[in-house]
Amino acid sequence: MKDHFIYPEFEVVRNDNRCIQCRVCERQCANEVHSFDPERGIMLSDETKCVNCQRCVSLCPTRALKIVKSDCRLRENANWADDTIKEIYKQANSGGVLLSSMGNPKPLPVYWDKILINASQVTNPPIDPLREPMETKVFLGKKPEKIKRNEDGELVTETTPQLELSMPVMFSAMSYGSISYNAHASLARAATELGICYNTGEGGLHEDFYIYGPNTVVQVASGRFGVHKDYLEAAAAVEIKMGQGAKPGIGGHLPGAKIVGDVSKTRMIPEGSDAISPAPHHDIYSIEDLRQLVYSLKEATEYKKPVIVKVAAVHNIAAIASGIARSGADIIAIDGFRGGTGAAPTRIRDNVGIPIELALASVDQRLRDEGIRNNVSLVVGGSVRSAADVVKAVALGADAVYVATAALLAMGCHLCRTCQSGKCNWGIATQRPELVKRLNPDMGSRRLVNLMDAWRHEIKELMGGMGINSIESLRGNRLMLRGVGLTDKELEILGISHAGE
Amino acid sequence: MKLEGEVRIPSGCAIAAVISREGKGITGDVIYNAMKPMHDRSNGLGGGFAAYGIYPEYRDLYAFHIFFDHRSTRKECEAYLKERFEIVKGELIPTRKIPEITNEPIIWRYFCAPLGSMVASEQVDESEFVARTVMKINTEMKGAYVFSSGKNMGCFKAVGYPEDVGVFYKLEEYEGYSWTAHGRYPTNTPGWWGGAHPFSLLDSSIVHNGEISSYDANRRFIEMFGYKCTLQTDTEVITYILDYLLRRQGLTMEEAASVIAAPFWSTINAKPEKEKERLTFLRQVFPSLLITGPFSIVYGWNGGLMALNDRLKLRSMITAEKDDKVFIASEEAAVRVMEPDAENFYAPAGGEPVIVRVKEGKF
Repeated sequence: MKDHFIYPEFEVVRNDNRCIQCRVCERQCANEVHSFDPERGIMLSDETKCVNCQRCVSLCPTRALKIVKSDCRLRENANWADDTIKEIYKQANSGGVLLSSMGNPKPLPVYWDKILINASQVTNPPIDPLREPMETKVFLGKKPEKIKRNEDGELVTETTPQLELSMPVMFSAMSYGSISYNAHASLARAATELGICYNTGEGGLHEDFYIYGPNTVVQVASGRFGVHKDYLEAAAAVEIKMGQGAKPGIGGHLPGAKIVGDVSKTRMIPEGSDAISPAPHHDIYSIEDLRQLVYSLKEATEYKKPVIVKVAAVHNIAAIASGIARSGADIIAIDGFRGGTGAAPTRIRDNVGIPIELALASVDQRLRDEGIRNNVSLVVGGSVRSAADVVKAVALGADAVYVATAALLAMGCHLCRTCQSGKCNWGIATQRPELVKRLNPDMGSRRLVNLMDAWRHEIKELMGGMGINSIESLRGNRLMLRGVGLTDKELEILGISHAGE
Repeated sequence: MKLEGEVRIPSGCAIAAVISREGKGITGDVIYNAMKPMHDRSNGLGGGFAAYGIYPEYRDLYAFHIFFDHRSTRKECEAYLKERFEIVKGELIPTRKIPEITNEPIIWRYFCAPLGSMVASEQVDESEFVARTVMKINTEMKGAYVFSSGKNMGCFKAVGYPEDVGVFYKLEEYEGYSWTAHGRYPTNTPGWWGGAHPFSLLDSSIVHNGEISSYDANRRFIEMFGYKCTLQTDTEVITYILDYLLRRQGLTMEEAASVIAAPFWSTINAKPEKEKERLTFLRQVFPSLLITGPFSIVYGWNGGLMALNDRLKLRSMITAEKDDKVFIASEEAAVRVMEPDAENFYAPAGGEPVIVRVKEGKF
């Protein structure tokens, strides 16, 4: 049976007047798009392999290359879009579930872009962050209901464990295995320099990175890969991963081809075996079971580390979060439907879950309505793209945000969305040594620190404009937000007024 | 146009206060005259006073000052009060007709004691019982508004300039050991009497000048604990925050000041270990009660006053002394009216509380 032919999505445009046949493109492309024809003395391209990662474009010394979207389209049809038809061809060819990577790319509403931020005029002064102190430090964790005093009447200052962050941002979970050693090194070093945390994902913690433990969140996911006593003890906080925004309802999947060498050792599974995490934790079929795992982990770490429970934003998220807040968790992390991933079934990525903005607003309000907002801190991700998104998230009620895609972009990712192939030309989502070495951890961590420094400055500028000089006074401060072009129902859920009101 | 409480109205203001450490009586004209040189800090849309020690003959009873918009509202509200309190006395608050103050509601006061059986059945202490009653009337009984509910103290407020409001309420006929005053400059208001300041709950009262930028963060947090911010004003939310910290959490006045006008982390980190631990703890535990944006407040309670500025000192406020008296005001001119020979003028730093207590047994 012959496969349906699918015309390549991209065209490689080579300007022969500029090309000097240095063959950098050929050496740089792990997908083997470029080749040299010695007989004819010209460079050739095989577009069928191109993923538009822009590696060759970026490294071509004479700017002779560009990748453009192919204009060879099927006959236009408003119901049957080009992609829809091609996906059918692919499935008819292979009989398989479609796989893709990174966040949902569909044109669904991005609520961040429909929310605007306030600024002070006349009745109170904006504050200039260059001239006045402006504070971004946050503590994540449960707050006591009632203060206590000792016999001398002094405050008892012990609290349940708190996670201290210099700014309300953390690098979100990406496993060693799904991303490279050098990518992990970059994240760990940047988090340490910044005074924030990165997250191991469910791939365990490479022994070289234990020194970054005070800035590390370790994950316990349904596959329990790489979980052992030292791993838990090394961390600043332990995260139970119940779900992920890119693929709510299913577990992680790392193909055997990526389980090589240290990845296999760190995950504590044999080389070459697929690391397939179960959809549920098989010891958690209900909320009371979650409570037991939370307390098992607290027992194992002697109640010294906050426990985070991470869930995907799904329809009933407010009630779920309320349950988690009563289960002993110190922090709830909620991942929206635009969250990224190294590999997810396309149908799940594009159709399951809800926007993080709405999930955050309803969870924060529900926890307040029930008087238990102080039991937990809220961290949201999927997708937070800029300092403005951070400010909006905090004003809606988040204690902090998780960012991963933005961190990948800082390290060089060009969002070609083919992480699942393991052939990342930028040295990030790959385990091939010759590709991994393309990402220099010195450069990677520097860029991550730069990005967060820039965001911190922007957060301070935005806060100062509102006359707020500490991030605490922004959290849940929804009066600082207005919606544009939103329906009454959307405004009601977000708990904000429309612009002009 | 939306009524106060349906919309948030920012305002600028003038504040003044005087207290006798010896608990000596001061008549109300002292404080309302002090507001005259600060006339331009108000715009005639709200003025008011809180007075402590004015009802010595009823010192053990809660004094409720209530606005009613109609006679029938009063009947209904009185019936509700009688279910929960023994009303010892109920009367109109004496006022004087002056052209500067018009459209007054029915202004009544009740001296009453909570019914022990009712307090016991709700399983709360007496003050919580009274606070709940006030909250219930103010949120559920349309046309009735309790604007004062403490013992041996009272608030007096109206739409108008503060010096006229003082004359309207005949405050020169009252004698108290401590007074606070407020003149309001709202940017827009339909002119509702309940919206004037001070704002008061039980014996605590607040006068405040400023517009806080942390409002909604504070409001949404404090509403978790049974408070309802019906007026949407800064003063209201600050009163509830202090009630929560002082009465319900049992913080000291100084600790409460370190929560709402917390020192910067850089300042905290430079403190000696023990102090650093204490301040870090307070910021960690009550982050949502940090108040940012400009404010100068005078917080009054039975036996004392506390003056406090926001941590950047974005509003003017000055203190001064003379003999047993301490004066606080937005402007020095106000103090000079109260006491031309006042001394020790001092501008408290941002976040530095000035706490004045009447001597034990003198109030």
